[in-house]
Amino acid sequence: MKKIIVLLLMVTSAMTFAQDKNKRETLDVDGVCGMCKARIEKACFKTKGVKSAIWSVETHELKLIYDERKTDLKTIQQSVLNAGHDSEGLKASDEAYASVHDCCKYRDEAIKYDHKKE
Amino acid sequence: MKQTYNITGMSCNTCKVDIESALQSTKHVQSAVVDLDTTKVILDVSKPVLKNQLQYTLLNTYSVNPIKPNKQQVVNPILMLFLVVFSLLSVTSFGQSELSGVIYEASTDNNPQPLFGANMIWLGTSVGTSTDINGQFKIPYNSNYKKLIVSYVGFKTDTIDVISNKTIKHYLNPTTDLDEVVVQSRKKATSRSYLKATNTMLVSSDELLKAACCNLSESFETNPSIDVNFSDAVTGTRQIKMLGLSSPYILIATENIPSVRGASQAFGLSFIPGTWVESIQITKGAGSVVNGYESIAGQINAELVKPTTDNSFFLNLYGASSTRLELNTHFNTSLSDKWSTGLYIHGNTHQEKHDVNNDGFLDMPLYSQVNLMNRWQYTDTEKGFVSFINLKYLNDDKQGGQLDFNPDTDKLTTNAWGSEINTQRYELSAKLGYVNPEIPWQSIGVQLAFSQHDQNSYFGLNQYDIEHTSVYTNVMYNSIIDDSRHKIKTGVNFTYDAYDEFAIGQNFERVERSFGAFGEYSFDNLEKFTLTAGLRFDSHNLLGEFITPRLHMRYSPWSKSAFKASIGRGKRSANIFAENQNLFASSRVFSILNSNGSIYGLDPEIAWNYGASYLQGFNLFGRAADVTFDFYRTDFKNQIVVDLENAQQVNFYNLEGDSYANSFQVELNYNVFNHFDFRTAYKFYDVKTEYQTGKLAKPLTPKHRFFANASYETNIKNNSNWKFDVTYNWLSQQRFASTTSNALPYVLDDYSPTIGTINAQVTKVFSPKFEVYLGGENITNVRQSNPIVSAENPFGSSFDTNFVYGPIFGSMYYAGLRYKLK
Repeated sequence: MKKIIVLLLMVTSAMTFAQDKNKRETLDVDGVCGMCKARIEKACFKTKGVKSAIWSVETHELKLIYDERKTDLKTIQQSVLNAGHDSEGLKASDEAYASVHDCCKYRDEAIKYDHKKE
Repeated sequence: MKQTYNITGMSCNTCKVDIESALQSTKHVQSAVVDLDTTKVILDVSKPVLKNQLQYTLLNTYSVNPIKPNKQQVVNPILMLFLVVFSLLSVTSFGQSELSGVIYEASTDNNPQPLFGANMIWLGTSVGTSTDINGQFKIPYNSNYKKLIVSYVGFKTDTIDVISNKTIKHYLNPTTDLDEVVVQSRKKATSRSYLKATNTMLVSSDELLKAACCNLSESFETNPSIDVNFSDAVTGTRQIKMLGLSSPYILIATENIPSVRGASQAFGLSFIPGTWVESIQITKGAGSVVNGYESIAGQINAELVKPTTDNSFFLNLYGASSTRLELNTHFNTSLSDKWSTGLYIHGNTHQEKHDVNNDGFLDMPLYSQVNLMNRWQYTDTEKGFVSFINLKYLNDDKQGGQLDFNPDTDKLTTNAWGSEINTQRYELSAKLGYVNPEIPWQSIGVQLAFSQHDQNSYFGLNQYDIEHTSVYTNVMYNSIIDDSRHKIKTGVNFTYDAYDEFAIGQNFERVERSFGAFGEYSFDNLEKFTLTAGLRFDSHNLLGEFITPRLHMRYSPWSKSAFKASIGRGKRSANIFAENQNLFASSRVFSILNSNGSIYGLDPEIAWNYGASYLQGFNLFGRAADVTFDFYRTDFKNQIVVDLENAQQVNFYNLEGDSYANSFQVELNYNVFNHFDFRTAYKFYDVKTEYQTGKLAKPLTPKHRFFANASYETNIKNNSNWKFDVTYNWLSQQRFASTTSNALPYVLDDYSPTIGTINAQVTKVFSPKFEVYLGGENITNVRQSNPIVSAENPFGSSFDTNFVYGPIFGSMYYAGLRYKLK
């Protein structure tokens, strides 16, 4: 009996340990401009539990802080993909990519250079 | 051309074959050879291929990374230098059609590391290359190529302006520093925020340098949102106005601690030297509830220079044709990795008597000021603590009045009319900020400020002394609700003000204590809409218990647009003598007509402010421009009316009826061509108050104002360039308070003439360390010939120095230098 309690305690404490309220993660997400930034960050907030999402136009790094008890990285990444932005080798579906604004077609090299002028 | 990348995620020869075939199918890649042992791939490419492109090809299975130089293997610096010199020589002796250079990682120590594999490409072309193991590169060049884009993963992408094929040495900043690095290139001197809910303008130190002189009140001269009045005839002080309302209705803070208030209201802006100011934020309309309930027309916050970011040594000398001299010196040093300190010394003096208009009175006072500040800064980025401790001391002496006035023999006599104002002020303030390093949206800020202000003065036979002791404390907590789109600020503050005044032959003593709690919620939908809503509750021993609501909104329906609206309430106790002490320099008899109120017998001032603005950025002939329209209305529920309509009296009484200030402004900013910025504004003011004699426009408030500013900078060559700046100001006629009760020669017209003035300045930057400036104020030499009514009979019943609508002194020229060491 004692053993079970100890085991239970260990499991619950390990669980609470693993379940970080303010989990920090970063994802590489492709995009080119401020409009992309708004779209990417908004997509993240669609997932309940995301507390902070900051995407950098320069580094393409999406810094996330989220409640692990409510969501996980895969879900967040999926909503970014659904918004039309490729992330870490995962490609957004063609429909999703088609939905991003013409000036944000980040897969196009010409558009990338256009934005670098800014 | 060869490119080398690191590949991770490979385990066997199958991977090698996979990658090689995948990469070889990529555009521009002619061959790809993977070395399993060193986990590198060497690509032979016809054109440079970006890392991202390769990463797409490899999907998520492998990751591609540019190779950072292994720090242990880096050749020693002398050899490096040798190589650089050698490559330099080889360039000069060989092809002119090639540009070469070295790319380094920017570092704070003196040992820059070359970057291997940094990519560069000419803007708008597909001509590119990447750096070799020594950070060196060679790239085809012709004179049509102007901008070289240098990028490297983990570093901020830079664009280098290339004028000739001189060897380039460039340092890339790691992106981890991005939060701290302020982008210096082509930063606008003044910028309006498209994103903030409040109508806020940020004035950077570049803008402040456009008017070289000298303190905060003069630094608004190139800013159309703030009107700087002409200095009055006796004290030489300039008052500022916003939305047609004078400075008591503006909350003026230094680093978010209300500072120009109470006893320092009249001269406080001239007690903040211009070189101490790092930037200014000007918010039109009600503003935030965080700093208190007093702001009505707007808020001005001056951020001061900080020991860690200011130059380690700074010297500014200024001399003007009026023989005004100024000295500013800053010393900053870091004591440890966490503590830094700065000592800031300001002194100014003017000791020559001028009387250009021959009225027997000094055109500007004789004065001297010593102003010292010592700042201590503690920064612990790991734990998230930042703290500032500031000590300030000020001594300011002014003497004005008739030319032959001698304070030793003539003070408070009718021998000659004269005035002296002596001020001493001590300030101690401390700030502590904590940002949770784990949870960046959680922060706590504590502010404490203590000041002791002591002014002894007389104006002719009127004596005025004021002592003001003030304590300000504020504790604020920042966090989010749910996610970072919903932010909240909440906190409490306590203020204590003790006034001890001697005016109009009587003692006035008063203590004000207030305790308040506030909450502010802001919402940002990340795109089109932001909102800031604040509410505070205060319990004040004289103003009672009251609520202050403030609301700001922004909506951007299309690109580069911002519609903003605000509404808010403000309440304050009017320091009638301190705020209107210029009136002591007249023969007017002071009367307070009410006696039931808690402040000098008067009630608190209460006003609502409503505003709307529209900002639109656009391109005109391919250059950036923006235009702003704004309209604000301030509606007084109660105001302390300062009634000057009888030339022998000044009456203070509670408002009965209407008092309002409507202001409309349209402003255009246009970057006409490279380095040439033009700004123009038209302002319309309708400021009226119900006086005992009827509803009248506020005296000396022009209905129309026109403003234009042009600034031009030449290209920086060998670290040096020229800067030119011209400002034009035009004011329509201004109403004079009624003078019909004066004897006939002293009856003025109803309105002043219109007036236009031009200021100009030229700065020559010799190097980042040294620059010299030369300028002129009022260079068309416009003058008001008779600023003082009844100057020949200063003890007669019509004497008044408060009818100043234009410059008294005429044109003035100045020169100065700035020397700084990083």
